Amino acid sequence: MREPPGLLDYARRWPLKLWMLLVGLFLYAPLLVLVAMSFNDSRRTTHWRGFTMDWYAKVFEDAELVQSLVNSLSIAAFSTAISLLLGTLAAIALWRFRFPGRMLVDGAFALPIVVPEICMGVAMLIFFARVMPWPAGLPWPLSLGPIVIAHVSFSFPFVAVVVRARLQSFDRAQEEAARDLGAGNWRALWDVVVPHIRPALLAGALLAFTLSLDDFVITFFTAGPDTVTFPVKVYSMVRFSVTPKVNAISTLLLAVTVLLTFLALRLQARAAAERLS
Amino acid sequence: MRDGLDWRTARPGLAGLLGPPLAWFLLFFAVPIAVVWAYSFGTNVGVAGIEISGTFANYARALEPLYLRILAKSLAFAALATLICLLVGFPVALAISFAAPRLKAVLLVGIMLPFWTNLLIRTYALIALLRDEGLINQGLLWAFGWAGFEPLPMMNSNFAVMVGLVYVHLPFTVLPLYAALDRLDRSLLEASLDLGAGHLRTIWYVVLPLASAGIASAVLLTFIPVLGSYLAPDLLGGPDSQMIANVIERQFKRANDWPFGAALAFLLMYVTFIGIALQSAHRRRIDAE
Repeated sequence: MREPPGLLDYARRWPLKLWMLLVGLFLYAPLLVLVAMSFNDSRRTTHWRGFTMDWYAKVFEDAELVQSLVNSLSIAAFSTAISLLLGTLAAIALWRFRFPGRMLVDGAFALPIVVPEICMGVAMLIFFARVMPWPAGLPWPLSLGPIVIAHVSFSFPFVAVVVRARLQSFDRAQEEAARDLGAGNWRALWDVVVPHIRPALLAGALLAFTLSLDDFVITFFTAGPDTVTFPVKVYSMVRFSVTPKVNAISTLLLAVTVLLTFLALRLQARAAAERLS
Repeated sequence: MRDGLDWRTARPGLAGLLGPPLAWFLLFFAVPIAVVWAYSFGTNVGVAGIEISGTFANYARALEPLYLRILAKSLAFAALATLICLLVGFPVALAISFAAPRLKAVLLVGIMLPFWTNLLIRTYALIALLRDEGLINQGLLWAFGWAGFEPLPMMNSNFAVMVGLVYVHLPFTVLPLYAALDRLDRSLLEASLDLGAGHLRTIWYVVLPLASAGIASAVLLTFIPVLGSYLAPDLLGGPDSQMIANVIERQFKRANDWPFGAALAFLLMYVTFIGIALQSAHRRRIDAE
């Protein structure tokens, strides 16, 4: 027999159970319908007419769509690499040193996290139109520059937050020991501090990658006609019609998101287990 | 030592670590934002020229009835959506933070997944449900069609925008609430229950005051993104559901009135700053107690 719920075990009381069920339905039903309809053998997206993979084939026949996906993945990769470097440096600097204006820098680095997306999009639009025009007609990866720059600007503070949290658990005595044993400052940093924050680096990288892949608003303002990203392309398709093709693309992107989230959680769980043992 | 190395003893170290992120931040964040700020005091000259003339005309124009109404509406939408998110999300956060470890992990993933899912896809998914020939209307038609049921027009309305705003931002509310509730000292709750207070009374008089800092940050983390929402009003709303972000977008992409768009964007920034200031004041007051 199951025990009755504990005094504070709210998750097992029926009013809350019912509530959780409804909220879960609210959060997931639209997504599940979307996934189901992507396999629906009907142009009209409401009636179920049988299973098909045609829409997925159609997605891959659409050269523009595939190009936009390649753009998005490349932007996310570049942006992740740069954000990881900058975010880690910022986190270590703020953790390691006492200097005048530290609080100010700390607060400033939090700004890109809280500033509304639309404001940042506008800022990037003006910046690349008037202050630092990006040369037109550059060969492919270079033409993505403005979008990569914009993505790094809002991603690296997130990486810094994640790495900083991990640094809290670092025992400074370890670094001192390394220095006492003759390691230089940089050497101690690389050999002692960096291994400690490795799980945070992975988590930060996944975060930066997802943020970049998901961003629509800021990219919408920075993308040019030949640097269309995946969300921007999907947006223009959605504006015109609800087609099963959009369902198929969305399902693919959903699958990537689910995969990345589980990967991140897996890594976190493993890091936690290592800490315990 | 606890507070870190003194910078004077390690100048090159600090410069090497802090230099690159700070330079990036200044050049690619602070400068662009500052330029928007400068433009908000500018005037259009000719076809493409903008002169920073120090005028307040753009802000004055934002206070004209037409735009003031959109601004007020955006604030009202954001307030209502935040309130609904809080009411819906609080019980969820409560249940998660007191769940057994295994269930807790599952529930947390359940909240995180939508949080990580592309905003555009989530908004689009709602269209398929809310359309006249969408799933909800199909279901109602199937159930009540015999009674001459007409599809409910749900899309392109303020209702659809509100559903979209709550749908998209609910995880933004639940996660900070959960973080706050998870840190609560449970013995205080148990004491309250032991002494005869009911669950609702305990939540109202013990949990809410203790978690007020977390609730404040949940409000802020929901309110600011909702206020600046672009996609939900754009894709789900009608001509009457424009929010401030849609007006800003129009100034830059179609109307080509950058100074006015910049002023509107900065109004949004000012609201953000006020929100952050209020929240940190609240936090300081709690810390002082």
